[in-house]
Parts: sequence; C-alpha cells; structure tokens
Amino acid sequence: MRNRSLSFWLFLTPVILSLSIVLIIPFIYGLIYSFTNWNGMVATEFLGLKNYVALFKDQEFLASLWFTTKFALVSVILLNFLGLGLALLVTRKMKTSSFMRTVFFMPNLIGGLILGFIWQFIFINVFGSLGDLLGVEALTGWLSTTATGFWGLVILTSWQMAGYIMVIYIAYLENVPRDLLEASEIDGASSFQRFKNVIFPLVAPAFTVSMFLTLSNSFQIYDQNLSLTDGGPFNSTQMVAMSIVKKAFTENKMAYAQSQAVIFFLIVAGVAITQVYYNKKREVDL
Amino acid sequence: MKSSKRNHYLIEFFGLILALLWLSPFYLMIVNAFKTKKEIFTGVLGFPKEFTTENFVQAFVDLDFMRSLFNSTVITVASVGIIILFSAMAGYALARNKSKLSGLIFLAFVAAMLIPFQSVMIPLVSLFGKADMLNQAGLIFMYLGFGSSLSIFLYHGAMTGISVSLDEAAIIDGANRFQVFWHIIFPLLKPISVTVGILNVIWIWNDYLLPSLILSDSAATIPLKMFLFFGQYTKQWHLALAGLTIAIIPVIIGYFFAQKQIIEGVSEGAVK
Repeated sequence: MRNRSLSFWLFLTPVILSLSIVLIIPFIYGLIYSFTNWNGMVATEFLGLKNYVALFKDQEFLASLWFTTKFALVSVILLNFLGLGLALLVTRKMKTSSFMRTVFFMPNLIGGLILGFIWQFIFINVFGSLGDLLGVEALTGWLSTTATGFWGLVILTSWQMAGYIMVIYIAYLENVPRDLLEASEIDGASSFQRFKNVIFPLVAPAFTVSMFLTLSNSFQIYDQNLSLTDGGPFNSTQMVAMSIVKKAFTENKMAYAQSQAVIFFLIVAGVAITQVYYNKKREVDL
Repeated sequence: MKSSKRNHYLIEFFGLILALLWLSPFYLMIVNAFKTKKEIFTGVLGFPKEFTTENFVQAFVDLDFMRSLFNSTVITVASVGIIILFSAMAGYALARNKSKLSGLIFLAFVAAMLIPFQSVMIPLVSLFGKADMLNQAGLIFMYLGFGSSLSIFLYHGAMTGISVSLDEAAIIDGANRFQVFWHIIFPLLKPISVTVGILNVIWIWNDYLLPSLILSDSAATIPLKMFLFFGQYTKQWHLALAGLTIAIIPVIIGYFFAQKQIIEGVSEGAVK
C-alpha cells in the first residue's frame, strides 16, 4: 500500500480519528490548561507556572506522591518475587499444577474495585475477629492507620497481580530447553546452581517485561485505592491518581488538578522509558 | 533419589496449601453472603448457622442486576468489536506500507501507550461534555481510542507472519484492498484477534473510573453499581457480599469456559 493510496488512509481513519480525539487533543489541551485558571469550561487568565509552584508546596499532593512511590517500589519487588516463585512452582511436573495456575491467576480477572471491597471486609471484619480470637492485637484495627492501609493495599494488589506476573514468567520458563536442564543435572548441578546459571539468564528478559508492567501499573492504581481505603484515614493513603480525581471532580479545581495530571504523566512515562532503556542495555551486556 | 521424591510431594503439598490460601478471600465472601446481618458480626469464619439466601434476592433486586449486566455486555461487546475490526485494519495497512510515514504513525500509536488515563481524563470529559457525547456511544468511541494502541501493536506484529504474495495474488485476481483484508487477511489473523479480544474484554468489563465519569444511572455497568451498599456511615455487609458474589459470577463462568485461551492471551499480550 502506498502513502498516496486512498485505501491506506481509509484503513487508518477510524483509529487515527479516535486516538486524536480521545488522547492527543485532550493531552495537548490539558498541557495548555495547566498553565491557566481553567475551570472546566473556560480559561480567562494565563497563570504561567503558578499551578505548578502551588503544587510543590501542597503537602497533601507531596504526601500522595511519596505514598505512591513507596507503594510502587514495595509492590514491584514483592510482585516479581511472588510471580517468579509461583511460576517456578507451577512449571514443575505435578498432577495439580494446572489447577494451581488457574487459581493463582483468577483474581487478576476480577476488577480491582470488587476485590478492594472483598478485602475491606477481610481486613476489618475477618482480621478483627481473628485478632480477638487469638489475642493478637496487631490484627485488629486494620485500615484505620496509615501503615495498615499501606500494607492492606500492598497485600490486595500483590494477591491480584501475582498471577499475571506468574503467567509472564511461565512463558519464558517454558522456553528454557529441557535438554539444557538435563545436561546440567547430569553434570551434577544442584537445583540452586541450575536456577542461577541456566534458568535465570534465560528468563532475564522476563524481568524487563514484568518490572515495566508492575511499576507502571502500581503507579496508576485507582480502583483498589478507592474501594479499600478511599484514601483514609485523613487522606494519608491517597495515591496520586486518586488525588487528581478528587481535586478535579470533588473540589472542582480543574486547572490545578490538570497540573497534577501533567506531573503524573511525566513520572509514569519517565519511569517506563528509563526501565525499557536500562533493561535493553543490560540484556545486550549479558 | 527417595528424598528428592519426598521433596517433590512436599512442594506439591505446599503449593496446594498456597492455592487454598489464594482462594480464601472468595470463600470468606461466599460463606458470609449466606449469613444474616447479625451473624456476620458474631462469627465470620465458619459456615452459616442460619443459612439464608435472602441477601442474594435483595442484592439482585437492589442492583437491578439484569439491567447492569445488559449494560456491561452492550458496552463491552460493542467496544471490543470495533477495537478488533479497526485495529486489525490499521495493523494490516501499517505493516504493508513500508514508508517512513507509516513507520511514524505506528510509532505514534506505540508512544500513546505511555500516556496514563488520568493525565487526559479531565480535558477528555470536558470535551465530550461540550459535544454532548457523555453517553454510551461516546464511551465506546473512547474505548477505541484507549484500546487501539496495544491492539494495533499486536496485529502489526502478527502481520509479519503473513506473506505479501497472498495480497498480490488476490489483487491480480481483481480483488480490492478491502476484499483482500476481509476475505484473506482477517481470517488469518484470528489467533491474534482472540488475544486482542480477551485483553480488551478483561479491561473494559472491569473498568470503573471512565464509565463513572460518563454514564448516567440508567446506563450504569456492573462495577458502577458496587457502591450501592456502602453508605457514608453504614455498611450493609450482608447485602454487599451477596452483591459482590453476584457481580463476580459472570467472570467466573467466562473463566471456566475459556480458561486456556485467557491465560495464553494475557501472556501473549504482556510478553510482546
């Protein structure tokens, strides 16, 4: 198909139109609005960097940024450990391994909002009654403090996404040639040595994929945040995505919320680009 | 050798325990959904003493479940349908045109994947509000915009396995481009269409934030209804747990029938 051919453009029209109207135009408008006093309908004044200056003095926003970063880092580490661990477990020759796969993957199919409500019940009611029953005080009062809210969110998203990361690692593990493993076994390698010297280098690309996915997903979490803690207590477990939504649609500070959204974009895109660049380089070095 | 066999069973046993632990949130949801409001407060762990199905009946009615199921189905089927069709067309056109411009357009779609939803959300809602498009049709169009990038990327990759000589032969026989696509290419892309379909169904079916900003009450999808039992001061857990269980049932049924395809599709979508 040539550039000038009508059919080339006809085939592309629907997606170019939708991408422009849904993503590109709002993105550019958003960038412009973030420098004004836009109220959702009209912008009457150009404010320069005023929104951004206010943003970096806004304790609530900075707290949500810090909370999100901590959450993302802990989640990435935990999810990759869990995902790889589960993948190594279910790729063993066992009668029940396909059942396990099915089970571990299941939470990933259900929406974060629904799962957040289920876990709210577990953390508050089930943990509470377990705590009373066993006399363990640490189990009571979950989600009522910042720390338990944080770990609640970590547990919820790890449980939800570990199966997803597991599936990615499985795809790479199944590409490890069986004769290579048998050869190393005959040569007397222990299972740890086999993992370190044979399996690990071959599944290294899986780290690129899953770290990128987990990091970018953890930064953008909203549904789980909303249904599990709703940002509470006192907005201390509020993540950036939720902060943007609340500023815009509850407090009606549209331009200010949009400047948060621009910073949010810079972080998410920056993380993604760095990650891909770094991992590509490391893969080549290996 | 014997000890390694014992280890093997030990690991399988450990795995099964872990799997049960993984399922325990669902267990807790379901057993408590069958309890009375009072019993949830007195004992959450065991089976219900006074087994009641009343919660389900009331939650089903309160959620107007058949209606929200219908709304979710309409939105998901329509959005995923047009995503598959238009992304396949675009992936085909971009893969067959080797010019610089085509490469640039492809790159633009890939780069668009870096934009998180929240960073365009506010202007998007305002724009569609001005055009009076905050309705189901507007939402479906938005899903095409958000869903096409990854889908085009997957179709573009799959096109490399389909020889150009197929196109050429058909064109010599007098077929036009659309006929070539519809009768020859699109059927060959079926495996990747399944992947694209599965990925988008999971996402759109469960999506909360976007429809919550767009849809009116009568068009509400299943996730939007989930707040019904969570008042500002009262939580009606007996109804909420029954409602959550009802909401999950369609997903579990789908998973039961298409388990293999779903896991393969998700893996393919992530790895590429």
